[in-house]
Amino acid sequence: MSGNNPYGQDSRHHVLSVLVQNRPGVLARVSALFARRGYNIFSLAVAPTEHADYSRITIVVDLESAPLEQMTKQLFKLVDVVRISELDPRHSVERELIMATVKVSPEQRGQLVELTNIFEAKILSVGTDALTVSLDGSPSAIDDFMTALNQYGIVESQRTGLVALPKLDRAASSRTEKSPQGKAS
Amino acid sequence: MKEQLTGAQALIRALEHENVEVMFGLPGGCILPAYDPLLESSIRHILVRHEQGAGHMAEGYAHVTGRPGVAMVTSGPAATNLVTPLCDAYMDSIPMVGITGQVPTAAIGTDAFQECDTVGITRSITKHNELVMNAQDIPMVVRQAFHIATTGRPGPTLIDIPKDVLQNSMDWYWPSDDEVLDSLPGYRPNVKGHTKMIKEAARLILAARQPILYVGGGVLKARAADALRELAELTQIPVVTTLMARGAFPDSHPLCLGMPGMHGTATAVTAMQKSDLLIALGSRFDDRVTGKVSGFAPDAKIIHVDIDPAEQGKVRRPDVPIVGDCRLVIEEMIKALKDLLQSGEQQADVGPWRSRVSGWREQFPLAYDQSEAGAALKPQFCLEKLRDGAPDGTIVVSGVGQHQMWTSQYWNFEEPYTWVNSGGLGTMGFAVPAAIGAKVGRPDKTVWAVDGDGCFQMTAQELVTASLEKIPVKIAILNNSYLGMVRQWQEMFYGERYSEVNLSGTLPDFVKWAEAMGCVGIRVDDPQEAEAAIDKANSINDRPVVVDFRVAEDEKVFPMVPAGQSNDEILLHHSQNARREFLR
Repeated sequence: MSGNNPYGQDSRHHVLSVLVQNRPGVLARVSALFARRGYNIFSLAVAPTEHADYSRITIVVDLESAPLEQMTKQLFKLVDVVRISELDPRHSVERELIMATVKVSPEQRGQLVELTNIFEAKILSVGTDALTVSLDGSPSAIDDFMTALNQYGIVESQRTGLVALPKLDRAASSRTEKSPQGKAS
Repeated sequence: MKEQLTGAQALIRALEHENVEVMFGLPGGCILPAYDPLLESSIRHILVRHEQGAGHMAEGYAHVTGRPGVAMVTSGPAATNLVTPLCDAYMDSIPMVGITGQVPTAAIGTDAFQECDTVGITRSITKHNELVMNAQDIPMVVRQAFHIATTGRPGPTLIDIPKDVLQNSMDWYWPSDDEVLDSLPGYRPNVKGHTKMIKEAARLILAARQPILYVGGGVLKARAADALRELAELTQIPVVTTLMARGAFPDSHPLCLGMPGMHGTATAVTAMQKSDLLIALGSRFDDRVTGKVSGFAPDAKIIHVDIDPAEQGKVRRPDVPIVGDCRLVIEEMIKALKDLLQSGEQQADVGPWRSRVSGWREQFPLAYDQSEAGAALKPQFCLEKLRDGAPDGTIVVSGVGQHQMWTSQYWNFEEPYTWVNSGGLGTMGFAVPAAIGAKVGRPDKTVWAVDGDGCFQMTAQELVTASLEKIPVKIAILNNSYLGMVRQWQEMFYGERYSEVNLSGTLPDFVKWAEAMGCVGIRVDDPQEAEAAIDKANSINDRPVVVDFRVAEDEKVFPMVPAGQSNDEILLHHSQNARREFLR
């Protein structure tokens, strides 16, 4: 991962919310398509939806590799892909989760707990010379938190990748919905 | 009470319900259960010698009938042997259903004997594939596979069935159309073009002064040849037919300019370059057609009709994109044009453009040097003789290479579905099995395969299949004892440094080989013998015939646009170089 605030404000990255049939191999189909066509995935999160037949994949794509239009059209050609929405960061709610284990001496522990409180992060596990903390928030908050933690030394960390949904109040204008009628052959 | 069947019985019955008349295949361990109920089935099974042959036969069958070809083979190496035909069918949008056996469900993932990840391997070369884990699902999976293969942009689908799933019992049912559609919420191909876009296209067509109809294989897939002819004649716009579309518009028609692209006619290539409007119908701006994309038809606006939205803007951004079935869209376009004309709009005068195009056609016909007395046969000469001797409606099939280009150039295609070749993937060895499949699909027609000596040696064993199954195809080998197209590139672009390209002028003995496979073998060395050999081949209808034409090894295909260069850099036959400026 590179740079500050990789999502949202950076025009290279776009967020696709892809509704797929929840069937064996569907994630392989999506990721194989990106690999085969030379498209870059910045992050990807997948899980079942409220409806057992469907899963939602949130993909942050890197537009350096191909135009968004061609990516979504190729994605549409997968039979298991039911709907693709492009989420505009200005009109959607975005969340990401980070867990990080940070090295911290007993003297520094107080500072780190304070930092955790400021960010409204949680302490998940306490060791003799380390703490594991978690934060869910916007990608930029996660970036800021990571920068702050870096002063202490991050031993290990895992970001989930972005998940997003359209903002409710302006839902109508918040996404470019591609209905099944517009599906590729 | 519901009827109980085994998965294998359900599979064969489902294929019968899909009106499958013939399938191509070869049994083995995991698919064995499916071969047992086949004994009682109405489906004709053609036993091939290599699974790749089964796949190309299914493709040849689909090419000429428009119906999905079916190939059934076992797991592991059989499935990997089917990979090339699946990829070929994917690139050329051929409806085809592959059925592979798989190791029993409990053994999947254990590196069992003849196990391979068939759905994983074929994921990117099929329109859709499915591993069936439950016998009860077989009828639905078969219906889905045929539905997906034959609708929208056609293509290959694959069904992978573990052995125990074939053996388990299920309650027979046959899903309704609605049930199939409901099971595929993410698959709704758009066939009807957008009315406003079609109207916009009609306006552009009427305004164009130098328009070209750029016709691709999609026109044949959509069975739109009649509609295309009406459109061309209504507007008097010249037509180019790509390698995949030969036969979609009659070559003898005054508006036909022949094939565009790397080895297209100088007229077709130049007319596209100078055009102010390309009406792309079921064509995909392939690199072999466009040459260097930045230099392709620089002044042309683009109307792009394609059933696959992903083709629009993939290579060249269209001014008017129309997603839909070519036949339906062309018919609507004709209506829109007639409406505009009736409401008093006038079409721009395309007369000057047509006479300019005619000038090119007169100045730059296909050309080759006739062989001198006693010298080797010319491949183009053989093709002219084959063409002139062929009965009306003959289907011609080719492999990949020089002979393919010469066949496309020198044959006269008058009807749709009389030309079968491997365009996108460029699969050497395609011709023999594809010709067999074509003959099975259209037994009433003469089927000639024009093959190279390199190609022939890749899949010739299927002639044993043809002899035993009484499928009397005819094979013309244009034998220059080289990988001819490679030789041409090494001569022109690698300073005549010939590397691993000579195949031997003595081995194999094609006549003996043909005879060993139950065919009639004829060898032709001299131009004088060609006609008699062709007449003899045309008169034999009880077995396959192989004619070994010993042709000049240094003959090259012209015109040619060298790879990666602009179409303006087209290389002409040397006899036409002096009048090159007429193309400006």
